[in-house]
Amino acid sequence: MAVYTARRLVLLILSLFVASLVIFAAIEVIPGDPASFMLGINARPDTVAALRAEMGLDQPLVARYAAWMGGMLTGDFGLSYTYRTPVVDMVVGRMWVSIPLATYALALSTLIAFPVGIIAAARRGGWADKSIMGATQLGIAIPNFWFAVIMVHIFAIKYGWFRAGGFPGWDEPLQALRALTLPAIVLALPQAAILARIMRSGLIDTLEADFMRTARAKGRTARGALWHHALRNAMIPVLTILGLQFSFLLAGAIIIEEVFFLPGLGRLIFQAISQRDLIVVESVVMLLVFAVIMLTFLVDLAYAWVDPRLRRRNV
Amino acid sequence: MRLAPLLIGLCLVGLFTALALISLVWTPYDVQILEISNKMKPPGGANWLGTDHFGRDILSMIMVGGQVSIAVAVVAVGMGMGLGVPLGLAAAARRGGLMDELIMRGNDLVFAFPALLIAILITAIFGPSAINAIIAIGIFNIPVFARMSRGAALELWTRDFILAARVAGKGPVRISAEHILPNIANLLIVQGTIQFSLAILAEAALSYVGLGAQPPTPSWGRMLADSQTLASLAPHLVLAPGLSIVAMVLGLNMLGDALRDALDPRLNRAAK
Repeated sequence: MAVYTARRLVLLILSLFVASLVIFAAIEVIPGDPASFMLGINARPDTVAALRAEMGLDQPLVARYAAWMGGMLTGDFGLSYTYRTPVVDMVVGRMWVSIPLATYALALSTLIAFPVGIIAAARRGGWADKSIMGATQLGIAIPNFWFAVIMVHIFAIKYGWFRAGGFPGWDEPLQALRALTLPAIVLALPQAAILARIMRSGLIDTLEADFMRTARAKGRTARGALWHHALRNAMIPVLTILGLQFSFLLAGAIIIEEVFFLPGLGRLIFQAISQRDLIVVESVVMLLVFAVIMLTFLVDLAYAWVDPRLRRRNV
Repeated sequence: MRLAPLLIGLCLVGLFTALALISLVWTPYDVQILEISNKMKPPGGANWLGTDHFGRDILSMIMVGGQVSIAVAVVAVGMGMGLGVPLGLAAAARRGGLMDELIMRGNDLVFAFPALLIAILITAIFGPSAINAIIAIGIFNIPVFARMSRGAALELWTRDFILAARVAGKGPVRISAEHILPNIANLLIVQGTIQFSLAILAEAALSYVGLGAQPPTPSWGRMLADSQTLASLAPHLVLAPGLSIVAMVLGLNMLGDALRDALDPRLNRAAK
């Protein structure tokens, strides 16, 4: 396991390096010079040149990449082109919305999907399975932003149980949770439906495997065999999806953040792109990518822990 | 095997596909012509599904919008499956080797860029359009299929019947094609339908934020965006495109499930 972890760690660092190159290159090819964008169309060329020098845009590519990476590693993400405030402060503020929202939604999704998926697999073919599968079909089919609009109309505007939008900050934790509840539910339901289906189909495949018959022959009850043998083996696809879902929830909540006017990371990127605030785009995308690569790394370790066969090089 | 889900799925997918195809040559009204005096008519009468805030016929817009959704989803999922599955199978066949590492790290890299973020970056670079939406959704589908097929194939490579095939002298390519692929087909169908429905949803989401097909081409996502502030005045404006997406995706998923039941030999054996 130690060798496996060490190899993964080297790959983790390599992946992060390649990702940073890709992001840097992508930002480079975006048309539009930030300096002339900031100063407007009537700016004199020498003013633009002076600002370009101040922003370091006149440096060669390698030097700019090195400066950017060096800054990222030491926690100095530079100044926002648009607001002239440290990017770090903007990002940290947004993280306090995005991370709790993603965690909240993932927790809701897992809490719903696990029992539902297990019940459906254990009672496959029965009415419980059929109604669960019907419900998950609907859960997957409903676009979450449309669902969000409808939920806001019913639970925020009509009944006033939740906030229709905005975020009051964590000074009032209960109000903050109340603001995040509707977005979290909207984000969690389709994810829960997908997770429950993967859980069910993974479990059913495992339940039909020979070792399950062996377990039953050894005298395990159907329930015992499911809990002790099937569940562990069915976890591989489930872990893949769980890892995917967190990263989706972290950065993919842009649209839900738009619907609920939540000041999260997704909206920050969206605004920064439209304002040509490329340093913010660069840093936030890199941070999100860092988070996702870390998550994938952890999922891979979890694989090896769940399925010892994967630790060996040649199975 | 049960026929009901298959038939319902076929009907829903067939209905919207047919509507989209018909709209290539004919729609009840021209979706490019604005008729403000006829705006926000409720469903019924001359406009079966009513009209929007510009007086355009909702049914005609749904029909034309379907074209974009279906075309984007077909190409994007085809791209993901066509590239992702061979990559995943190759990685599993060379598990632990350099090729496995390269493919999987490449996957992680694409995975690491959330789909919507790719789409936004791509549209920021090349401008918003349906083609860029396809590329953005398609790229993200590749690692999904690669990971899924590698994960399932890895488990199969430990089975005895694969060992038997190796003893019989079959190489990794033949084993992957003749033994692994048929055995992961049902998983791919389940995943494929999920990805197809996700592609339809993703296209709707992109056009909802204005990054998909551009006006005046109608799209289900932008119809929702245009109408959400009018939800309390004219609910049909919000319901029509939303329910179209739900019905299309639901139909696809039911079809996929029915196909899974039909294609899984183990389920057939149990039925006998």
